[in-house]
Amino acid sequence: MTSEKVVVLAGGLSHERDVSLRSGRRAAQALRDVGHDVVELDVSSSLLARLEELGRPVVVPMLHGGAGEDGAIRQALELADVPFVGSTSTSARVAFDKAIATPRVAAAGFATPRQIALPDDMFRELGSPTLVAALGRRLGFPMMVKPARSGSALGCTKVERVEDLPAAMVQAYAYGGVAVVETFVTGTEVAVPVVDLGDGPVALPAVEIRPDSGVYDYTARYTAGATRFLAPAELDQDVADRCAELAVGAHRALGLRDLSRTDLIVDGAGTPVFLEANVAPGMTETSTMPLSMEAAGMDLGHVLSSLVSLARQRGAGA
Amino acid sequence: MSLEQPRRDTRLDRYVDTYAERTHGLKVSAVRALFSVANRPEVVSLAGGMPNISDLPLDIIGSKIGELIATRGTQAMQYGSGQGEEMIREQICEVMALEGITGHPDDITITTGSQQALDLVTRTFVDPGDVVLAEAPSYVGALGTFQAYQAQVVHVAMDSDGLQPDALDAAIRSLRAQGRRVKFLYTIPNFNNPSGILMTLERRHRVAEICREAGVLVVEDNPYGLLSLDADPVPAIRSFDAENVVYLGSFSKTFAPGFRVGWALAPHAVREKLVLAQESATLCPPVFSQFAISTYLATWDWKAQITVFKDMYRARRDAMLDGLAEHMPPGTTWTHPKGGFFVWVTLPEGLDAQALLPRAVTNRVAYVPGTAFYADGLGSRNMRLSFCFPTPERILEGTRRLGEVLDAELEIHAMFGIDSTPHPHDSASGPGPDVI
Ligand SMILES: Nc1ncnc2c1ncn2[C@@H]1O[C@H](COP(=O)(O)OP(=O)(O)O)[C@@H](O)[C@H]1O
Ligand SMILES: Cc1ncc(COP(=O)(O)O)c(C=O)c1O
Ligand SMILES: [Mg+2]
Repeated sequence: MTSEKVVVLAGGLSHERDVSLRSGRRAAQALRDVGHDVVELDVSSSLLARLEELGRPVVVPMLHGGAGEDGAIRQALELADVPFVGSTSTSARVAFDKAIATPRVAAAGFATPRQIALPDDMFRELGSPTLVAALGRRLGFPMMVKPARSGSALGCTKVERVEDLPAAMVQAYAYGGVAVVETFVTGTEVAVPVVDLGDGPVALPAVEIRPDSGVYDYTARYTAGATRFLAPAELDQDVADRCAELAVGAHRALGLRDLSRTDLIVDGAGTPVFLEANVAPGMTETSTMPLSMEAAGMDLGHVLSSLVSLARQRGAGA
Repeated sequence: MSLEQPRRDTRLDRYVDTYAERTHGLKVSAVRALFSVANRPEVVSLAGGMPNISDLPLDIIGSKIGELIATRGTQAMQYGSGQGEEMIREQICEVMALEGITGHPDDITITTGSQQALDLVTRTFVDPGDVVLAEAPSYVGALGTFQAYQAQVVHVAMDSDGLQPDALDAAIRSLRAQGRRVKFLYTIPNFNNPSGILMTLERRHRVAEICREAGVLVVEDNPYGLLSLDADPVPAIRSFDAENVVYLGSFSKTFAPGFRVGWALAPHAVREKLVLAQESATLCPPVFSQFAISTYLATWDWKAQITVFKDMYRARRDAMLDGLAEHMPPGTTWTHPKGGFFVWVTLPEGLDAQALLPRAVTNRVAYVPGTAFYADGLGSRNMRLSFCFPTPERILEGTRRLGEVLDAELEIHAMFGIDSTPHPHDSASGPGPDVI
């Protein structure tokens, strides 16, 4: 037991504020359960001053989306010499952007969907009908349209026909200026958390996701009961091993630290295909990372507490 | 990890198979979740319908309530009547007289806000599958209640004079011809939430007549009637039809919503059922709140207070109309409400208010997408803007930000040459304090 003070940072101004508050609440409770003195803070103009006042304790960022996940807030913590759990601002910036992260993971030798990243002004400059038609020819249908920088499946649409592509692009652009269009991977959806407790990154059990609606969208994610989870996933051992390899491989290729979660789909041939890696995995009551820890016989509070100790040892700005 | 591990197979809700059928529709929605950002001070929220009560004489109310507890605390903090306290029911008759209504205290049931009156009326009348008629668009909180009782809402068209009597008549006939049971018409004749529209007197008479002849009860919901900003007050439907109308009133907008005191004025037989329903729901409505409001009405010039509120809301309404005139792109239209809290905006063809809400949130402005106010997925080209809570300066800033958002979205649409057929949505927003 430790009574060390930690700050759980949750909320923020992103589209995922609500999810972040849920994650923050659960993480804070888990840390309290193992004896920490937890202060919960939201992002505001007084944040850095508050952290100063509190004596720069270790921060556990539970922010999802926007500045919380794209490296901006981590950068501010680094500048203010506040130690924190999780990836550096530099690697968060890379991992959060699907248009940058996916090619990087592909370059490390892992399977990814074929992906095309398009800033909205490309369409302005080049004219949309030609680009849309070319996209359809290049990737084929169905395809997946997503905002490059977002989460919780917000703004994601499966597109079956070329006529529906423009509306899906417009929806993705409502979340940010760059969209990615990917080949649609059919198979078993799985999430694999990775934790590094000081001896190198280790994959936790894969969690299989079976939404009742067939689509793992926002509603399926955060309505308790709407999705069936299997932990560990119902996969052959060799496939499970390859999922773990992919998750650890992505964690390394993106230069992530302490913890991450890779979302992937095992395709019909049994190949795990990378979708994205999260630097701030959800910790809500319906999130996969806590489920996976449970399946591994680990306790969320203890894991976070160990990561807090590591962050403290590492010190500020590191 | 070893193969021998037991596999956990879970939906993370052990009661999944136990819930009542009416509960299944209750889901988390991304649209609703966006409102948690809207409440942050960085965001200009034109979404919520919270009244601005900062002009109330808080110190005076505080001392009166202290005195109330000291002198009559044992009564005020005790159980009370299931129908509500007699003295406040008498005072409510004076309030309703301002709307042309002659009512008797015996015919009033006090409720936990008029929201609970909606619940009691619906549970009293509606079986699953029954039809409730409502204006198009209508109050999201009422739609949520109707849905909870598994009613089917059929919307009736409105124009700038309110509900269209011919459309009402046609709807009743065609539903009857299909063998559907129409239980009541739910209407907000004064400054409709969300459209701000005021129903004309002539229309009120026609609506009352059509419903009386068809044997369809009228539920008249009137929280905004005393907040006319520059319209001549129009008598309530209940003022000329005491037999076929259940009238709902509330202190939420004319005093303060936190007390949660509203009421239903109903024909005798209905009133009996409402009281029984109230007793089974709560035993009795909050006694302390009733005493507090009763004290306020008895000791404070509440009519003058309403005038103060109206002056404040008028300035905000004007700021919003000015801001819209200055910042909305061509092709956008909006209502010019003469009272209440809301302006209803219709976007240029092709734009979808729900789809562009994330862009608005990024630009630190929020509104309620029009789809919330329809039970049938329509309203995608509309948004409701509230002028009740932010200051006039913030309202102007909000409309400016909204203008930027619409310009950007229009530009994207122009690039894609998107077809302009509006897309129906699942009714994403249930009632909730963020969107009422
Ligand atoms: N290429 C794809 N093929 C099939 N489904 C996909 C693809 N990309 C994403 N998805 C689906 O969309 C969801 C959200 O996509 P993801 O890349 O994980 O983004 P987010 O950051 O929003 O979680 C996934 O959980 C998955 O169900
Ligand atoms: C039309 C309408 N009816 C009912 C209500 C509920 O009000 P209360 O329950 O506070 O009386 C509202 C609140 O916004 C409303 O706009
Ligand atoms: Mg994901």
